[in-house]
Amino acid sequence: MGRATVVLIAWLCIAGVAGWRAASEPALAAGTPAAATDAAMIRHGAELAAVGDCIVCHTAKGGKPFAGGLPIDTPFGTLYSTNITPDAKTGIGSWSLEAFKRAMRRGVSSDGHLLYPAFPYVHFTHMSDEDIGAVYAFMMSRTPIQASAPANELIFPLNFRPVIAVWNLLFLHPGTPVPMSRQQDAQLDRGHYLVDTLGHCAACHSPMNLLGAEKGGKAFDGGVIDGWDAPSLKTLLHAPTPWTREQLTSYLRTGFASEHGAAAGPMLPVTRSLANASESDVEAMAAYVMSMQTSDPAPQLSTAPKANPAANAASLQAGATLFQAACASCHAAHAPMETIGGRPSLSQSTAVNSDSPRNVVRLILDGLPPEGSTPARLMPPFAGMLTDAQIADLARYLRSQYSKESPWPLTAADVAKYRKEKPAP
Amino acid sequence: MITLTVNGESHTLDIDPSTPLLYALRNQLQLHGAKYGCGLGQCGACTVIVGEEPVFSCLMPVAAIGERAVRTIEGLGTIEQPGKLQRAFINQQAAQCGYCIAGMVMRAQALLDRTPWPSDEEIRAHMEPNLCRCGTHMRILAAILEARGASNGSRS
Repeated sequence: MGRATVVLIAWLCIAGVAGWRAASEPALAAGTPAAATDAAMIRHGAELAAVGDCIVCHTAKGGKPFAGGLPIDTPFGTLYSTNITPDAKTGIGSWSLEAFKRAMRRGVSSDGHLLYPAFPYVHFTHMSDEDIGAVYAFMMSRTPIQASAPANELIFPLNFRPVIAVWNLLFLHPGTPVPMSRQQDAQLDRGHYLVDTLGHCAACHSPMNLLGAEKGGKAFDGGVIDGWDAPSLKTLLHAPTPWTREQLTSYLRTGFASEHGAAAGPMLPVTRSLANASESDVEAMAAYVMSMQTSDPAPQLSTAPKANPAANAASLQAGATLFQAACASCHAAHAPMETIGGRPSLSQSTAVNSDSPRNVVRLILDGLPPEGSTPARLMPPFAGMLTDAQIADLARYLRSQYSKESPWPLTAADVAKYRKEKPAP
Repeated sequence: MITLTVNGESHTLDIDPSTPLLYALRNQLQLHGAKYGCGLGQCGACTVIVGEEPVFSCLMPVAAIGERAVRTIEGLGTIEQPGKLQRAFINQQAAQCGYCIAGMVMRAQALLDRTPWPSDEEIRAHMEPNLCRCGTHMRILAAILEARGASNGSRS
């Protein structure tokens, strides 16, 4: 029986239970948001919303901020983020604070329908009343935009929202307070709170179970999102240059750490958002993440390939040839990008030193796209230039040349698989 | 030895396999249309078509081309008989200094080969990797709009 069949049967059982359980929530009366919220509260809410990366999912490519419509690719189909500007008809303009609080804590929309858990209410549920109030005040101070998100495209039976009630029974633990006080370090406590609630870091940096929830007991062990590896947040001391709190703070706020490299993929917009958070909050998050490092060496998932040595040497030679023409003008030791631009050597790269070759292949395929007029941190895409086999040779060469870790048993078929992993833009 | 098929003609060259395609085109084959701009794949002045894809020839290893056909601006037409897209660039006076134009034309040609009637939005998104320092972008866009429907400009 295939994995897909198991998942389908699991969902069908859940649908049955959901039908049995009265799964609807009451609509909450439309409220008029307090117009004259004070400026300090709105500013505080803006900084918190930046920690929560609200703008990242709730803004479509080229769309107005917070007006929703961004497609979110899940294993169960495509969801479109909603408009959270205070437009009364298409946004949350008619939501009372109570309704907003219920959405953040229990994933219920103002009219009573259940929200999909791509909205990370399993994390937001532990936020304090004050913080939810501040984020509400900030959202309500935005310019209302009239925009309706396209209809979701989900597989049966997930297009039937009451199913979520059962998912919530299993995975939503409202009211369980984050064990907040270590009673030793206010900064660590603050970081713990922000990482686990608003920051919802574990949502991407943890493996998922078959029902699309974070696997119990595996928080921060690393996950896969939109065709990218979200690396484990517990092995930062195993990097070629072990991460420090200062480096991590700088990375989170600028998308770049001179000892590790540039943020890419879904982490890039997160760092853009964190640039608008309060510096002390980001420092606290970095401090907390650094406090959960394991001292054991990182688990080695890959084993050395048993390819015949001659074929292996030929592959590395082919990779070296490709590197000379396609990569060396930026990534060779003498290239201006390193000598003048201060960019780290590939030997420092998180992607090159990872157990999985996914991010290296992803970066070769897609590059780092230019983003408006922000200072260039760009790399051209090679998806149309190099074949799957050539990318495999190149990635294996990078690994052998720039990392002390064991070689990747990477084949052209693996690259073909990674190529398809990215959701259509 | 490296074998390249450029604008329909096959060439066998005794060059290092890690040579970028741009150098082979300019130095060995005397095809000077594609220009060296940044050498980093960031400006697009060196754009040519390999297979069906517009590529930065300054970063394209000749060893990686294999059987794929290479098309350069010289393959689209001649001074006496410019191709349809080249004619449109002339009609719209889309070049100022002209350094980026061969790359612009080749990237646009790759789009028109795939999508004979691209929308204005599709053209803008597709042309994004190529830069023009003179600022003739509006005329370049107008030229591509004019040339729509003129696919396969090579042997017109």
